[in-house]
Amino acid sequence: MYTQGLDQPGANVEKPAPAETAAELARFQARIDAEEKIEPKDWMPDAYRKTLVRQISQHAHSEIIGMQPEGNWLTRAPTLKRKAILLAKVQDEAGHGLYLYSAGETLGTSREQMVEGLLSGKAKYSSIFNYPTLTWADVGAIGWLVDGAAIMNQIPICRCSYGPYARAMVRICKEESFHQRQGFEIMLELARGTAKQKEMAQDALDRWWWPSVMMFGPSDAESKHSAQSMAWKIKRFTNDELRQKFIDVTAPQAEFLGLTIPDDKLEYDEATGHYRFGEIDWQEFYDVLAGNGPCNRQRLRHRRAAQEEGAWVRAAAQAHASKREVHTAATGARAQRAGGRSHG
Amino acid sequence: MADETWPLYEVFIRSRSGLSHRHAGSVHAADDKMALDHARDVYTRRNEGVSIWVVRSSEIVASDPAESAAFFDPAADKIYRHPTFYEIPDGVENL
Amino acid sequence: MSMNKDEALLRYVLRLGDNALVLGQRLTELVTWAPELEEELANANLALDYIGQARLYYSYAGTLEGKGRTEDDFAFLRDGPDFRNVLLVEQPNGHFGDTIVRQFLFETFYALQLEGLSRCSDPRLAEIAARAVKEIRYHLRHVSHWLVRLGDGNEESHARAQQSLSELWRFTGELFAGDEVDTIVEREWNGPRLGEIEQTWSREVDAVLADATLIRPDAEWMDGGGRAGRHTEHLGYLIAEMQFLQRAYPGARW
Repeated sequence: MYTQGLDQPGANVEKPAPAETAAELARFQARIDAEEKIEPKDWMPDAYRKTLVRQISQHAHSEIIGMQPEGNWLTRAPTLKRKAILLAKVQDEAGHGLYLYSAGETLGTSREQMVEGLLSGKAKYSSIFNYPTLTWADVGAIGWLVDGAAIMNQIPICRCSYGPYARAMVRICKEESFHQRQGFEIMLELARGTAKQKEMAQDALDRWWWPSVMMFGPSDAESKHSAQSMAWKIKRFTNDELRQKFIDVTAPQAEFLGLTIPDDKLEYDEATGHYRFGEIDWQEFYDVLAGNGPCNRQRLRHRRAAQEEGAWVRAAAQAHASKREVHTAATGARAQRAGGRSHG
Repeated sequence: MADETWPLYEVFIRSRSGLSHRHAGSVHAADDKMALDHARDVYTRRNEGVSIWVVRSSEIVASDPAESAAFFDPAADKIYRHPTFYEIPDGVENL
Repeated sequence: MSMNKDEALLRYVLRLGDNALVLGQRLTELVTWAPELEEELANANLALDYIGQARLYYSYAGTLEGKGRTEDDFAFLRDGPDFRNVLLVEQPNGHFGDTIVRQFLFETFYALQLEGLSRCSDPRLAEIAARAVKEIRYHLRHVSHWLVRLGDGNEESHARAQQSLSELWRFTGELFAGDEVDTIVEREWNGPRLGEIEQTWSREVDAVLADATLIRPDAEWMDGGGRAGRHTEHLGYLIAEMQFLQRAYPGARW
């Protein structure tokens, strides 16, 4: 979902490069169908590679940008325990971004290029992170709803056909399990707390519910890429399937909390065993996607500023490394000439 | 900016004594000491390691997959490279 | 002598807690601002270590005090003058060089202090110190390497690091300017000897500065007052931000 069907309807479908013969494509598809993992040096269609680079880097960018709304309450966390837990969570997100950039790099791009895509505004990230965290309850809501939705999307990707991406996701899923729990725990504490705290929790749910539901992206009928991604086992379930599962799982949790989901059409259907829900206002989704959410500019500005402020540090580290390598090489050469062994 | 890009290192972790080092992923670092620190910070936060190896990715020599022609680079090469990637023409979205 | 040994121990432990909390809060402010992604993870580790230590010190202080105060009571419900951290740890993060220099100067001292404390005669404090010293040794390795990279990097990084050093040097004297509490802990609890620590600190700092091609500033004026609760203007803002929720919603559980 950090990859939330950001394919715009009507985007060009890739034409296969001339070198890709029907036979090669068929052999590749056979491997996929046999649930074989594709590894970095294996043959793969151009479009498969490109789709993965786009999806993986979007996912990575989402983790990095996602640190900002949650990180916003780190210095104001209300207890030392909550501060520590939130620090660990946000740190995990940095780590997840890192694992994903690593996986992306196995496909022939570099972290620098991927990051440049983000900073230039060309690359997308999950638009859920363009909403502000206005109260401590928002931290709870993000953990409960946003991470909840993320987990739902991520578990299937653990079985994706591309090895490095699948392995990164396995690592991520293992770490993710406490993220949702800490969010729910925050909400529970608030819901059972003072009247003002309960109000805070309800207000957060009111603001985060629909954006979370929209995280799964529009219906797959809208996306030309969906079918190909499913065939190549990059995508394992449809957006609608995942969204339904999320709502089915989360609605009872809200009931348990004693909070009301802001959807008056939400109702359990005995016949289907699923929850019916109201219509989604996709205009808001597209507005935020187009850069007009509450925090789009702020998120990127922050990221760019951090990158720029860090430039001199990165350059210094490089300069130092070069100096010391030259020194070591020179020392090594002298030692070798003197007949000793060099210990480079 | 090339003069601030840190090279890529592959990270191998021995999670418990008696086991082999396994590939855990990669990190960027300016020098070997930093690479070790970063590997420790990134990949052993949950007590997952007793020993860490880091190797510059460019130093890894990899075997060829059994399949025929790799799509980009010839055989017997280093596996992780950072070529200038595709030129994306203006007007193409989401790439 | 106005203070008994138990009172001195309590105050000493609170000072340790305050140093850890204030520095932990400073490092927390750096999240999402690291110069590289791997440094984000490193920084979060450092912050987590300090918050963890603060919790241990404060919990123990609550036990020693015997009035039922919790770790959060100490962290969120005391005002500036009650905080007894050294001034160095409340200095702002500034740029990466300022942060690294601050960490280096403090942690070279703190590691030595902890080594001493791990041998003190209070079992619980010795236990906390033995655990913390492992963490701080790792911090020190990390920040020392960085100081060398910056000092012996390029012209810009060298100039910045030298400047950071010059500006923060005035806060180093306080580390060794012990008062009655330090004296009692040293004498009655086999605590660390500040005089010896100062000499070792000086040697260790000189060694790293040499490697970093940085010049040790002349020790002119030294600032102080933290142990007496007299702080720089920075602490007030740090506390206000940190304590906001507990102050705005008194008595609430989180």
